[in-house]
Amino acid sequence: MADSIEFTVSRRGMIVGGAATAMAASAPAEAQTRKSTMPADPPAMPVTLKVNGKAHALSLDPRTTLLDTLREHLHLTGTKKGCDHGQCGACTVLVNGQRINSCLSLALQHDGDSITTIEGLGTPDKLHPMQAAFVRHDGYQCGYCTPGQICSAVAVLDEIKRGVPSHVQADLNARPQASGIEMRERMSGNICRCGAYSNIADAMAEVAGAKA
Amino acid sequence: MKPFTYERARDAVAAARAATRPGAKFLAGGTNLLDLMKIEVETPTHLIDVQDLKLDRIEKTREGGLRIGAFVTNTALAADERVRRDYGVLSRAIVAGASGQLRNKATTAGNLLQRTRCPYFYDTNMACNKRKPGSGCSAIGGYSRQLAVVGSSDHCIATNPSDMNVAMRVLDAVVETVNPEGRTRAIPIAAFHRLPGNTPHIETTLEPGELITAVTLPRPAGGTHVYEKVRDRASYAFALVSVAAVVQKDGSGRVAVGGVAHKPWRVEAAEAAMPNGAKAVTATLLADARPTGDNEFKVPLVERTLAAAISQARTA
Repeated sequence: MADSIEFTVSRRGMIVGGAATAMAASAPAEAQTRKSTMPADPPAMPVTLKVNGKAHALSLDPRTTLLDTLREHLHLTGTKKGCDHGQCGACTVLVNGQRINSCLSLALQHDGDSITTIEGLGTPDKLHPMQAAFVRHDGYQCGYCTPGQICSAVAVLDEIKRGVPSHVQADLNARPQASGIEMRERMSGNICRCGAYSNIADAMAEVAGAKA
Repeated sequence: MKPFTYERARDAVAAARAATRPGAKFLAGGTNLLDLMKIEVETPTHLIDVQDLKLDRIEKTREGGLRIGAFVTNTALAADERVRRDYGVLSRAIVAGASGQLRNKATTAGNLLQRTRCPYFYDTNMACNKRKPGSGCSAIGGYSRQLAVVGSSDHCIATNPSDMNVAMRVLDAVVETVNPEGRTRAIPIAAFHRLPGNTPHIETTLEPGELITAVTLPRPAGGTHVYEKVRDRASYAFALVSVAAVVQKDGSGRVAVGGVAHKPWRVEAAEAAMPNGAKAVTATLLADARPTGDNEFKVPLVERTLAAAISQARTA
């Protein structure tokens, strides 16, 4: 990978660095034999992404997912990699206002798109109302799934407002309400292994002005 | 992921022509394809992104039906006012599947072409005739709880995982395509998905390079639309069994079943028995069922799920 990742020294950085060093010690022979049989990397391609209001012109290996672009190239590490297969929702971001799993999308598919990550929703000094509600209701324990939960929760309230139907809606032709059961169904693509679900539902209900 | 090159096609015929190149594949939403590329079940060498082909509209047809562009997202299709009103079973089926994030990205054509979720197809250490023709089938004699009970073969017992496809089948949808020479054709959904036979790797009747441009729905069939899905979790899980039904006031109707076969399962001859109830319909629908010990529960489950769907339609 051409771009180096410049983190300040942190516990995580030490662990990553340590593992990389250990691998490097045993890897050279294997790397050399593999090199000759590996197909050449495809040429990098240009893409422009507008992330949290700022345009970024990048040149990327076509294989780079939107998630890896955000984390490894733009150093926006708020968006998390959980399963990397669209099953856990930790990588949820908003693309042109709609939530998607950034792990199951190539950056090249998003040329010209506007992307909002957790860093763009609010800042520590000026929290988004959903972030503030998660804090107030203890909507997390370890916090790893939280950025995805919050991006998803913000989008869920917008989807309900726009009348996007859901599985639990009794009448498809009625406008959906921000009820507890609606929000729980619509959040099923975000897994929290600490099990903070009921507090997440409370936080969402507060922002929606409804009962969980 | 294996290396690949990427292009954005400018028009449908150019896309179809580009797809005749060996190793080329169309890329729509990517939610299924990229997942499979990461584990190297899919290893395309060239991707043709079809997002700029303006296939993202839903329009009325002259016959009074709807033409759904191939690139219309699952969310947009389920939310369309006309679909909710006249083709409720389709909206219901779509929102019964996947998650909000996936439905925002997954497309109509992509959903039609969704690959099986058979665990032996996903595990590249296992024999799978679908992934590697001629290698055998580890699912047969393996853990087959989720797998097919009808229409399967000695070469493959995988199921089609889609909810949308079951609704498309009950609605008699038609798949519109264009080929690399620019010729268009319309494939009735009944003739679109194939049974595995001895070529389980060939899942549809599409020709090399042929691009899906739209799916059309005939005039609304009226009736009460029901999609009943049974799964291991209340949300975000593939169906063990699902039933799409359109039931008329006199008790007649149509039914298609998901989670039981290599394609959405519908036997038109079984529908004559609709006024007589689920047991009579299921007897014909699953007359040729050949379940495994792990999934023989699906046969009575189809009957009960259909009974639930019929009763839901009667009280609606």
